[in-house]
Amino acid sequence: MIRVFALAPLIIAVVVGGFFLWGLDPDRNPNALPSTLISQPAPEFSLDPVAGLDTPGLARADLLQGQGPVVVNVFASWCVPCRAEHAVLTRLVEDENQTLFGINYKDKPEDATRWLAELGNPYSRIGSDLSGRAGIEWGLAGVPETFIVGGDGTVLYRYVGPIVGEKAVGTFRDALEAARVWDKKQGQGS
Amino acid sequence: MTPEIGHFALGLALALALIQSVLPIWGAARNDRLWMNSAQWSALGQVVFVGVAFAALMSAFIKSDFTVVNVVENSNSFKPMLFKVAATWGSHEGSLLLWVFILTIFGALVALLGNNIAPRTKARTLSVQAWISVGFLTFMLFTSNPFDRVFPPPLDGQDLNPLLQDVGLAMHPPLLYLGYVGFSIVFSFAVAALIEGRVDAAWARWVRPWALAAWVFLTAGIALGSWWAYYELGWGGWWFWDPVENVSFMPWLMGTALLHSAIVTEKRGAFKSWTILLAILTFSLSLLGTFIVRSGLLTSVHAFAVDPQRGLYILGLLALSIGGSFALYAWRAPTMEGGGLFKPVSREGGLLVNNLILATATGTVLFGTLYPLFYEAITGGDKLSVGPPFFNASFIPIMLPLVFVMGLGPFLSWKRADLVASGQRLKYVAIVSIGATLVVWAMVRGGPVLGYLIILLAFWLLFSVLREWAMRIRLFDVSFSEAWRRARNLPRSAHGMTVAHAGLAVLIFGLVGSSVWKSEEILFVKPGDEISIAGFDVTFTGAEKVRGPNFIADQGTLEVYRDGTWLTTLKPERRFYPVAQSTTTESAIRSTMAGDLYASLSEPASEQAGAQGAWTLRILYEPLVNFIWIGSTLLVLGGILSLTDRRLRVGAPRRRSAQGAQVPAE
Repeated sequence: MIRVFALAPLIIAVVVGGFFLWGLDPDRNPNALPSTLISQPAPEFSLDPVAGLDTPGLARADLLQGQGPVVVNVFASWCVPCRAEHAVLTRLVEDENQTLFGINYKDKPEDATRWLAELGNPYSRIGSDLSGRAGIEWGLAGVPETFIVGGDGTVLYRYVGPIVGEKAVGTFRDALEAARVWDKKQGQGS
Repeated sequence: MTPEIGHFALGLALALALIQSVLPIWGAARNDRLWMNSAQWSALGQVVFVGVAFAALMSAFIKSDFTVVNVVENSNSFKPMLFKVAATWGSHEGSLLLWVFILTIFGALVALLGNNIAPRTKARTLSVQAWISVGFLTFMLFTSNPFDRVFPPPLDGQDLNPLLQDVGLAMHPPLLYLGYVGFSIVFSFAVAALIEGRVDAAWARWVRPWALAAWVFLTAGIALGSWWAYYELGWGGWWFWDPVENVSFMPWLMGTALLHSAIVTEKRGAFKSWTILLAILTFSLSLLGTFIVRSGLLTSVHAFAVDPQRGLYILGLLALSIGGSFALYAWRAPTMEGGGLFKPVSREGGLLVNNLILATATGTVLFGTLYPLFYEAITGGDKLSVGPPFFNASFIPIMLPLVFVMGLGPFLSWKRADLVASGQRLKYVAIVSIGATLVVWAMVRGGPVLGYLIILLAFWLLFSVLREWAMRIRLFDVSFSEAWRRARNLPRSAHGMTVAHAGLAVLIFGLVGSSVWKSEEILFVKPGDEISIAGFDVTFTGAEKVRGPNFIADQGTLEVYRDGTWLTTLKPERRFYPVAQSTTTESAIRSTMAGDLYASLSEPASEQAGAQGAWTLRILYEPLVNFIWIGSTLLVLGGILSLTDRRLRVGAPRRRSAQGAQVPAE
């Protein structure tokens, strides 16, 4: 019995070492985020509106009704970079008339309402994801995160982190432009 | 020329380490004094040569010698001198050199100061220490040479990550390494004991000062790192359960368990194989930390540049050292048990509970840290992260009983304790603790029950520690001068325990206050905006550009008032380092014993808003947060006090240990 116990550290170390060896694969990048959703249909979800706000809620069906691709932005009042990103998204809506939907992630409705009252509300629909359930469906890595969804409900692009600064805004606009072209082609094809 | 001297010195150190790996341990086997004593000289030679290499690298940094790749990548001629020096250990290669330097320092110290250690044990220990030296010197020479040259040399260097250009952080790695690597000696002692096949009280007495010294450094290193995170990262937090923090915390938890179990081995001859296992585990976890930080295995803000080749090499070292020592343990440990018997309720029993809890806590942290890797491997690529919610929910409930037992333990006597008598003594401690907690509740109101429970336990710990100390010197029972005389006669280690345990209580107050009763506001501010938080009224008067030696900063100005009276001006900064092209936050803190008012400036509110003077401001009030640093300081002081105890003083107990070595453990 004592022998078995004395062997336990060695056995555990060998098992853990096996995992380490696997983890050292040079092709593996622990910082890369898998974008399993890209080119896949957007996940099924249905979110109630933020309590106390006139903006309607958000469900998967809403993604399909828009003309062209829609932008789905995940935000929260407690998220500092979201504040900075807010102006970029607002401009997108005001300048280009882009349809923008929001998922209010794990946020108190009263905080979200106050936040939008302070900064303005560019979202045409906002779903309140209090439980974080929809966040799991979308495979969130953090807040903010922004998706571009084609008119047929296909997820075309995912941006992790705030779209702030020239480079990030440029990257995102390019992706949005590509999505519009793609969407138009899809529309003609069918 | 100097870099080549450094490189050459490393080669010589490796040659000596190779000799020391074989000769002394062979000498111990054939009882050849001369061979055994050769370790004395080779250990000293190693520290001299590695010291020369270290000095050569440091001089390259001081002179900003941009023909050396390492200097180019981590320094810059505009950098303040202190950070040029600190950049010596800022990179992977440099920090590895520091690691080996400290390793050889400890080896040399054992060679110099360990006259009380039985010659064969000492020879074997130094050989094992040389095995580690060989592993890391070859690692450095083959994969991470700090003295590589570059041609043509660039005009200036790329600068060290600005986050790391900070006094606190300049001192953090050396202290942490003194802790990590200090446990290497304990490991070598353990492996030597396993090779010898016996452990006795004398062995435990030799090991304890080294373990204690390493523990003191590690505690100081972790506390300093946490303090750095608190004022430099600008999030107002001091512990994030980041993998790299966890890998420094695990050896600390194991090392703490080791210190306590070694007491039992020394005083009662019990827990022998357990103490050995803890000694191996503590250093193994230190090595694991080195591996994780340098292999890019896990995602972390602190990680060095990812290089799978290096990772593979360290994994090989790990497999040899940890795997080898565990195999040796599996072979030898079963023959090693025996020793003092004890009842469940006794000092030994209390220390056993301490050890079990600390081991469980370490296991939890280890599992949480490695779980993302396990998960990814098993699911074939899915990722997840394990964050503070897991650690808070699992670690805190595990540790709370430990705090309770810590209050009780010192009152229990060895072998068999009288629970009723101890209970009698602790009755008033319990009453006073509950009373004190009620007073806190009456003053604060609000907050979760768990917060008050932790406060109650911290009071319990503090008062029982003081009660035990008062009992030992019979304070209030005898005249004050008599109590003073008793206090002076009390062993230093007893005072050390009191100080360290009281330090933990103080630390817990800080931990609870600053996390449970923290107030936090994140908001947009324009010049003239007023914010009220935790009874303070803060006015943002604007931000202006200021220029530093190697950075440009936006400096915000906040006037702080309470009840209409001006208290202070806070000037948080957001610094931009043009050479390294990165930004850091420099928080401004109004620090008092009651708590810190903490402000940090983040991004301008939006791209245009920066010009209009609107900023994102994070402002926090963290009650009692300074108790964390005071508590940590007390832990360190307690350790140092204990280290100066006459019985532990290295070299002093020569007579007794020489006898002890003659007595086999079985």
